Amino acid sequence: MEAILLLLLIPPLAGAALNGILGRRLPQAAVSLIGCGTAALSMIAALAAAWKFTQLPPDAAPYAHHYFTWIHSGTFTADFALYYDRLTLVMTCTVTVTAFLIHLYSRGYMEHEGGYYRFFSHLNLFLFMMLLLVTAGNYALMFVGWEGVGLCSYLLISFYFTRQSAADAGKKAFITTRIGDVGFTLAVALLFWTFRSIDFSTVLPQIAALGAGEQRTVLTAIGLLFFLGAAGKSAQIPLYVWLPDAMEGPTPVSALIHAATMVTAGVYLVARSNAIFSHAPAALSTVGAIGCITAFFAATIALCQNDLKRILAYSTISQLGYMFAACGAGVFAAGIFHLMTHAAFKALLFLGAGSVMHALSGELDIRKMGGLRHRIKITYGTFLIATLSICGVPGFAGFFSKDEILAAEYEGALGRSWLFVLGSVTAGLTAFYMFRALLMTFHGQPRMDPEVERHIHESSSKMTGPLIVLAILSIVAGWVSWPKPLGGAEAFDRYLEPVFGQSEELLRAAAPATPAHALTGGALMLISLGAAGLGILLALWFYLWSPELPERLARNFKSAYTLLVNKYYVDELYGALIVRPIRLCSEGLLWRGIDAGAIDGVLVNGTAEATAEVGGILRRIQSGNLRSYAAWVLLGAVVWVGYVLLR
Amino acid sequence: MSHILTILTFLPLVGATVVAFIPRTATAKIRWVALVTSLVTLAWGIGLFLGFDLHHPGLQFVENYPWIESPPVAYHLGVDGLSVLLLLLTVFLAPLAILASWRSIGERVKEFHLLMLALETGMNGVFVAQDLFLFFVFWEAMLIPMYFLIGIWGHERRIYAAVKFILYTMLGSALMLVAILYLYNATGTLELPAILAQLSGPAPPISPKGARWLFLAFFLAFAIKVPLFPLHTWLPDAHVEAPVAGSVILAGVLLKMGTYGILRFCLPLFPEASRQFAPVISVLAVIGILYGSLVSMVQPDLKKLVAYSSVAHLGFVVLGIFAFNPMGLEGAIYQMCNHGVSTGALFILVGMLYDRRHTRLISEFGGLSSVLPVLGAFFLFVTLSSLGLPMLNGFVGEFLIILGAFHRRALYGALAATGVVLAAVYLLWMYQRVFLGEVRSEKNRALADCSGREKLILTAMAAVILGMGVYPQPFLRRLDQSVAEVLARVQPGEEAALVFGSPKGWNDASRVATSSATTFHAPWLLPLPGPERERGPLDLTRDSRRELRDAAPAELKGIAGVACTPGEAPRAGMNRR
Repeated sequence: MEAILLLLLIPPLAGAALNGILGRRLPQAAVSLIGCGTAALSMIAALAAAWKFTQLPPDAAPYAHHYFTWIHSGTFTADFALYYDRLTLVMTCTVTVTAFLIHLYSRGYMEHEGGYYRFFSHLNLFLFMMLLLVTAGNYALMFVGWEGVGLCSYLLISFYFTRQSAADAGKKAFITTRIGDVGFTLAVALLFWTFRSIDFSTVLPQIAALGAGEQRTVLTAIGLLFFLGAAGKSAQIPLYVWLPDAMEGPTPVSALIHAATMVTAGVYLVARSNAIFSHAPAALSTVGAIGCITAFFAATIALCQNDLKRILAYSTISQLGYMFAACGAGVFAAGIFHLMTHAAFKALLFLGAGSVMHALSGELDIRKMGGLRHRIKITYGTFLIATLSICGVPGFAGFFSKDEILAAEYEGALGRSWLFVLGSVTAGLTAFYMFRALLMTFHGQPRMDPEVERHIHESSSKMTGPLIVLAILSIVAGWVSWPKPLGGAEAFDRYLEPVFGQSEELLRAAAPATPAHALTGGALMLISLGAAGLGILLALWFYLWSPELPERLARNFKSAYTLLVNKYYVDELYGALIVRPIRLCSEGLLWRGIDAGAIDGVLVNGTAEATAEVGGILRRIQSGNLRSYAAWVLLGAVVWVGYVLLR
Repeated sequence: MSHILTILTFLPLVGATVVAFIPRTATAKIRWVALVTSLVTLAWGIGLFLGFDLHHPGLQFVENYPWIESPPVAYHLGVDGLSVLLLLLTVFLAPLAILASWRSIGERVKEFHLLMLALETGMNGVFVAQDLFLFFVFWEAMLIPMYFLIGIWGHERRIYAAVKFILYTMLGSALMLVAILYLYNATGTLELPAILAQLSGPAPPISPKGARWLFLAFFLAFAIKVPLFPLHTWLPDAHVEAPVAGSVILAGVLLKMGTYGILRFCLPLFPEASRQFAPVISVLAVIGILYGSLVSMVQPDLKKLVAYSSVAHLGFVVLGIFAFNPMGLEGAIYQMCNHGVSTGALFILVGMLYDRRHTRLISEFGGLSSVLPVLGAFFLFVTLSSLGLPMLNGFVGEFLIILGAFHRRALYGALAATGVVLAAVYLLWMYQRVFLGEVRSEKNRALADCSGREKLILTAMAAVILGMGVYPQPFLRRLDQSVAEVLARVQPGEEAALVFGSPKGWNDASRVATSSATTFHAPWLLPLPGPERERGPLDLTRDSRRELRDAAPAELKGIAGVACTPGEAPRAGMNRR
């Protein structure tokens, strides 16, 4: 097992190094062979590890292996140690499979772009860091992967670095997530000083074994601090602002990093720390509430965006909110389940958008699309499947995972009916904006330039191949967990029980005894289906049957429309309240005022000038004039004699 | 007695003598002699590093000869882990500084290399001297070459900067000299170990009040050097005006002499006073972190930006030192080395840009990555190390410091962690304005990318940055004994985790220890109460101690720390000296 885990990690790292150092001199075919080959090896290792681990009985201890001591000081130790349990299994398989498919797709997508080797090198490095993040055996090593994926995200967002907006977006992403990382760092420090270990296999069982209510204050603080980190990485309120801008990066990057894998790291962190959160219900409720509110908030913004990738970005924020909502309701498995299905259908949506961009010479504005369904059939078909999946249409993957989340928001240990209501409304909004995007892109009359229209073509098989595979996954990925109201057994949740069971039970036990739920599972499912159906119908009405309606609405509700189009002015608000004041204060007050003015000007150079002044005055005594010296001597003698006599 | 340290210290001076006899027109020969000398010194330093015994308490490679009879000055050299790391840093940076000046120094080549080598001897001397007089001699001797390096080969305002640098430092030196004389008067000796023995003995010859004044005199001298806010304003001027080699040595080594002095003199000699002033100093350090970062952010001049970032980074170091626990101290010392390498590399990179464009203004650049991809990649790498990306060197130090400071007072840790965000802001913004975007200025379109010499320098630095980030063990383990000795003086009890050798054994012991939950007593925004703070990791309940004794690996059994209470453990460890 320890060798398999190394085989999981080493190929992408080696690929990154190889392409990074030699790539400039290699032909494209060699670069893509290295890039995709290492991703494939990694995927094979992940599947092998999964197969091997599944052979073990369900109650087998998680596999933990220590390779070497990384940082050790005093009582603090952070090893290079890996950890593998069923949660790791799900994460590694999700990550490697999507990553491999996206590597394949990138061969076609990046074919005519400069910096081909640089792209694959960074993509490989990302895969390594992401795998390190999910296999790390302690919080410090996890932080390595955590920051590492942040770095790769920075590098890939500003991939087209000559474009000012891309460079800005990369920087914004890195700094915003770093604000969250303060929370992560402090959580680790607090965890260490309370329990004297940050090793999963030591500290998590130790926390799990605590009695009810023990260490609640500290664990709540740790939980909230970890969630701050998670909110940065997974783009939750108030740190979500970087993700829409991150769409400046090449589309495969948006699919892999900013939809399927990296942004879900926060969810993984919360799920991995389930023992901590189970002893800190207040922190967990906060996670759930913020997740649910973010899901709703981002969905409303997505309603009025016109940039295809940005719609998908807000949709990602919203779906990540769902995952947090599930964890926050005390049903971690539902969050991870959605993480998995979302990876498939959201990656597919992004890759589909990339294929549309290729067909339309880089166009992203859905107002300048339309009628593409006959021209790029494979892209349309797969995009449609992904849309149905994210809307939660029965049979598709998204239906199963979203249904579990909505049920959790109502029935979970920390579930509340308002969470369920908000979640269902969000489901309706999701269906609406996704169908809006689909209809405006592929249906109706073509609205692009004739010049562009003439060049519309379906992408090569390098790109459509992965689309088809992901489309299949977007359907079948949900079948692993048939819901209870339909007579299923929720097999996925059962499978993850060794990881989450104890925490979920503890939460359930601690939850205030609730009266019998008014709604059954079947009723909940009908409500969420109704919301989604309503959203789809509205979208069809607005954008297919009477296309003049949206404009009329926008005119009649102008202020609401402006607010949404401008994304609630949050970026402007942050700029005016945080960024500009800090900059002005640093420049005017701290630097020119205090540093150059007060300290250096008055104190330092002031002292020097005062010394010079005094010297200038004293200099007059040294006149070189013999008679004045004699006078000084006489004066001195008189004073001394006077002093002696009068004493 | 071996002469390993004498050779290490004076080897560069021998090289300087050779340079003195080479005709001034033979510049190539001069450069090569200087480079080879510094490389041989580097090899010698690596030998010292490898030969250093991890488990040996106290000084190693000691050389002690009487020098002057009255006052009794001894030629007393010796190193502990702290010195060894800083020596390695010094001898590593010296050849790189010489190599970085290969093209940029065209005038007075002979004098330049003479002074560089003399400077190296002065710096090495500071780190090995164990006699206060000898220390003072080296301390002052190293100022002179630096003064000339800034004053002769510097930029436009070099005279102002050189005078400011020397006056500032001399002010501190004068106070330190008074303190040294006072110590000599009270103890009758100038040798550091002897003074330490007297001061830690049962009847210390200095009153607590006297110790406070002495602490302040020493501390001020060192705080200027560090520089601690608000004594930092000499630094931007000196850094900006100095030639590349000067900036590298200034940032890389000279600043560390301040923190070295604090660790070598202030803490062990005056532990009581150190504890008393720790809160004030920690607050100044935190201010330095935030203030340095914010001011750095708005600098229009690349070198000034890096200079202010040093104020922030050294704030981290001071904060770690005054955390008075193993993580804080080891992190601080490690961060001293990290800062030396990373900031040294940044200055070299800025120097490379200056060589090409003869300006340091950020606004003159932009989009350089298209023209200079290799230089841009190295620049990014060093930037990332400076902002503390994990698996690069800066993270290890910063993380340990935050961990240590958090234990002292959670707020310090929280504010220091905020400083890490600000580091990302000023560094990435700078990187963006210099390397990303479109090439705006026509002058930047035809610049040449890295030459072989430049690649060599940068690859060496990048390799060290990566190595120190991935495997810090060889460095940290060399610090255990010295840090334990400092802690035994200043915060008895905290060193218990360090005194008994092997990290692996400790791993296992602490694993067992943590299996029984300890209770967190205090709200986390307040300092922990005394007993909790001073409790070693082995201070367990009786039952768990028995459990530990049974579970401990064979080599740990019977060692005082496992069998007795932690209060006794450190003393048992200290007695071995």
